[in-house]
Amino acid sequence: MSKPLAVNGDTAIAMAWRQINPDVVAAYPITPQTIIVESFSDFVHDGIVDTEYVCAESEHSALSICIGASAAGARVATATASAGLAFMWEVLYIASSMRTPIVMAIANRTLSGPINIHCDHSDAMGARDSGWVQIFGENVQEAYDNTLIAFRVAEHMKVRLPTITCIDGFIITHALERFEPLDDDEVKKFVGPYQAIRPLLDLKNPTTYGPIALPDYYYEIKYQLAVAMENVFEVTRDIMAEYAKLSGRQYDLVEGYRTEDAEYVVVAMGSTSGTLRYVVDQMREQGHKVGTVKIRLFRPFPSDDIAAMLKGKKAVAVMDRAMSPGTGGALYSDIVQSLYSMEGAPKVTNYIYGLGGRDVMPEQLEGVFEEIMAGKGDRINYMGVRK
Amino acid sequence: MANERSSELPAGGMIIERGSSKRYKTGEWRSKRPEVDQDKCTNCLTCWIYCPDNSVLVENEKMTGFKYSHCKGCGICANQCPAKAIAMIEEGV
Repeated sequence: MSKPLAVNGDTAIAMAWRQINPDVVAAYPITPQTIIVESFSDFVHDGIVDTEYVCAESEHSALSICIGASAAGARVATATASAGLAFMWEVLYIASSMRTPIVMAIANRTLSGPINIHCDHSDAMGARDSGWVQIFGENVQEAYDNTLIAFRVAEHMKVRLPTITCIDGFIITHALERFEPLDDDEVKKFVGPYQAIRPLLDLKNPTTYGPIALPDYYYEIKYQLAVAMENVFEVTRDIMAEYAKLSGRQYDLVEGYRTEDAEYVVVAMGSTSGTLRYVVDQMREQGHKVGTVKIRLFRPFPSDDIAAMLKGKKAVAVMDRAMSPGTGGALYSDIVQSLYSMEGAPKVTNYIYGLGGRDVMPEQLEGVFEEIMAGKGDRINYMGVRK
Repeated sequence: MANERSSELPAGGMIIERGSSKRYKTGEWRSKRPEVDQDKCTNCLTCWIYCPDNSVLVENEKMTGFKYSHCKGCGICANQCPAKAIAMIEEGV
């Protein structure tokens, strides 16, 4: 095991890429992701990696280059955020449909407007239905660990799907935290050599990638994504178990904290989960039966795991760091549909919060617990907004 | 309508069979068809070089006509022909 270091989340991802040494990285810098590609381009310049690094003229081009490289048989990584991810939108669907196992880091940042560079999850929510696996990290350690796990999940022969790893912009991307990387050779062994399926550069076995599929084939090819996503659950669990043996850090698709005997639970993704554990500890000391659930795997959505974890609870609040104006957040919808068929399902309410990088204070989260314990709160609530 | 099940198709709908475009009759797309005036044609084969669908028929280094099953009627051959030997004729008129 390497010595602990103090780095920010972006640098931790660049360090993971250095150890993995992808064949191709194509990207366009955008705050708060820039440090990832900046640090990585240093490694390229210094000859520490032999990656073909393409500084594209836009995110649309960057992801298109990634798809071409992946189809050609390369292991590929990229990174983006906010408007950059929005600009990739059209190409995201092509990457998943062509089954190119690209790994992309997202430094979650809100979408304009009003123009704003700070954290919320609205960029990732826009990619929700694009057929990419989405894994959320809470801190710098998880930014690194999830990156290593993501390559294995994406490239697994039962999956072969592009995979996104998310970390909260600025809160994790730019904050220095203690973290422990694995040794270079441990990472090499864990990730393994890249195995291409019918690469375009295999001239003896010519292959057409991304052909047109009209009404007689489109649906069947789309259904392949549903099947591959279904496989992600078991594959990810297995890879996480393998990673736990290597690193000593055991992850799961959904992680509960003091939920076993809890009556009231707050669910969140990303950095807020850490704050929630602190709040749970505080409130437990006051004798409240509270717990929290962290969603690590957001797509595919582990409905069964969540239902098992929330069964028998009195009330649940779902924190959404993004809004779909006119209805609740995406995570709320997913949780409600996971619980709907359960007899005596807990009451579930939704809290939109932290938009545009608005700070999330422990007292506010305590307020959420107090509200659900008192049976108060609307179906959809807007935490901390000046109405 | 196709019969293959989703599970029988290569991942992502990739085509792993060579030359399958032969079976895709793009000639049905055509609204104008090229016709060659053999008296003007010099057999320079510029049309054969330019045709994006490999639809110019050649025998013994002589241009003999078009493969209408796949010619989309794009008109590139007529546009490029140095001898102005190819005319685009409206279909169905």
